[in-house]
Amino acid sequence: MSVLVFTENWDGHFKKLSFELVSYASKIAEMLNTNTIAVSIGIVEDSELKKLGKYGADKIIAVADNKLTNLDNHTYTAIIAEIAEKEGAKTIVFSNNNAGKALAPRLSARLKAGLVSGAIKLPDNVNPFTLTKKVFSGKAFARVIIKTEFKIITLAQNSFELIEKNNTPSIEQYTTQIGDELLKTEVKNVEKQTGKVILTDADIVVSGGRGMKSPDNWGPIEELAETLGAATACSRPVSDEGWRPHTEHTGQTGKIIAPNLYLAFGISGAIQHLAGISSSKYIVAVNTDKDAPIFEAADYGIVGDALKVLPKLNSAIKEVKSS
Amino acid sequence: MKILICLSNVPDTTTKVKFVDNNTQLDKTGIQWIINPWDELALTRALELKDDASASVESVTVITVGGKDTEPTIRKALAIGADDALRVDTVPGDAYVVASEIAEAIKSRGYDIIICGIESSDYNNSLVGGMLSELLNMPSVSAVSGLYISNGEVTLNREIDGGKEIVSVPVPFVAIVQKGIAIEPRIASMRGIMMAKKKPIDVIAPANVNALTEYANYELPLQKSACKMIDPENVKELVDLLHNEAKVI
Repeated sequence: MSVLVFTENWDGHFKKLSFELVSYASKIAEMLNTNTIAVSIGIVEDSELKKLGKYGADKIIAVADNKLTNLDNHTYTAIIAEIAEKEGAKTIVFSNNNAGKALAPRLSARLKAGLVSGAIKLPDNVNPFTLTKKVFSGKAFARVIIKTEFKIITLAQNSFELIEKNNTPSIEQYTTQIGDELLKTEVKNVEKQTGKVILTDADIVVSGGRGMKSPDNWGPIEELAETLGAATACSRPVSDEGWRPHTEHTGQTGKIIAPNLYLAFGISGAIQHLAGISSSKYIVAVNTDKDAPIFEAADYGIVGDALKVLPKLNSAIKEVKSS
Repeated sequence: MKILICLSNVPDTTTKVKFVDNNTQLDKTGIQWIINPWDELALTRALELKDDASASVESVTVITVGGKDTEPTIRKALAIGADDALRVDTVPGDAYVVASEIAEAIKSRGYDIIICGIESSDYNNSLVGGMLSELLNMPSVSAVSGLYISNGEVTLNREIDGGKEIVSVPVPFVAIVQKGIAIEPRIASMRGIMMAKKKPIDVIAPANVNALTEYANYELPLQKSACKMIDPENVKELVDLLHNEAKVI
């Protein structure tokens, strides 16, 4: 009956997201009166694995295989299914991030397990097993019932708090029976930016739109992001015109983010943009048009020229930070 | 190479959604239906590859699981340039039904590359591509932001946190694609629209698969409280609110 939680690692380390996920899984385990087993695939040191216990893992199963350091959807899915079967786990939890989206649906088809993706909170009920998720790009919520014995949930990012349980988990090194024949994804090259805050991980995001007037005006956005330890983002027109890279495009068809604070400069707030940012805890908008729809989504607003407000805001924040 | 694009028929992204029947059904009155934006980008990329003789793409087919009311959206895809279309004639209960019906319908049709958009803009699930690959027992690559074919070899860009990986995978496989795969969706030409009328839509009887989940009901979000407006000359007040009221800086 155990709850299984897939904990991805990044070069051998976990992130806040991993601990939120384990906290979430262990709360579900409490609701079901069972234990929480974390599964880790790849090379992670025991000292790092033990951190999962702090947030409620009772047991950790580590598949430490050098061949498995890169994500292969088919192989990872087969391994997680094998472990679920071995442990008799019926509920399996993933993050709704890239890896979760890659693995959870495969596992669902493999186990004939009903899956709710992007759940925003704990189950409303475990019988029937009912979860809440956002639909229509944040314009509504849906309550979805999982009708099968096996159940899979992917948790929306930044939607659950850390809960410390301080367990001392056992660590089992597990050798999978899954052979190499499924391993088909070959990683030829990795291109990675270093030193920049990752948009989907960021607690604070500073974003610019067409109201910034020119790609040459992005200096103040980057400076404010640096002051706040924030990631930078942009609206779709800005990325479509090549002012900023597509990886920064935030909105319905770009990145969907849920930071604690989203600062929008010169963004009018088209419905598709709001779809990507509406899960932010606080939204600040600076725009010259007082009727811009962004102010309907924002918590705090300034009607004014982003280019004039940005430097003032940056120095005022620096003052608060240094006091 | 034969490419298949899985299409979802979704409400236009500017639709203000409403629900009926005690909040259990989407109110379809007045909704404009479109090709799911990511599927449209996938189709665009497939057609770009077909235009490039060195990629040796023989055909681009689209498939939808849905009733006859999805045909205008399928015709749109044909007008943009897909060669032919399949429609599995059932209204699916969940993503598993969609994936299972597609898997059944294409089992013996021999597609080399099957492309699904990362999610549909209605239920935002990100499920069909992954489920389909498992049902077909094929490799899948997800978070794909680039797809290239050269000398019969396929390489893909796979987005990772803070960067990308260049990966290769043998055909047949399923690619689950997102923004970057193409930038602007291709638009149908007048000639394309005329030609689309003559292109075949093969209607396939459903395998009648049971859903694993059930959408019980819907709810609209609460109205957000009014935005607190701050004088542009008094930026310090904003910083004070963020620091002391919201406690986010």
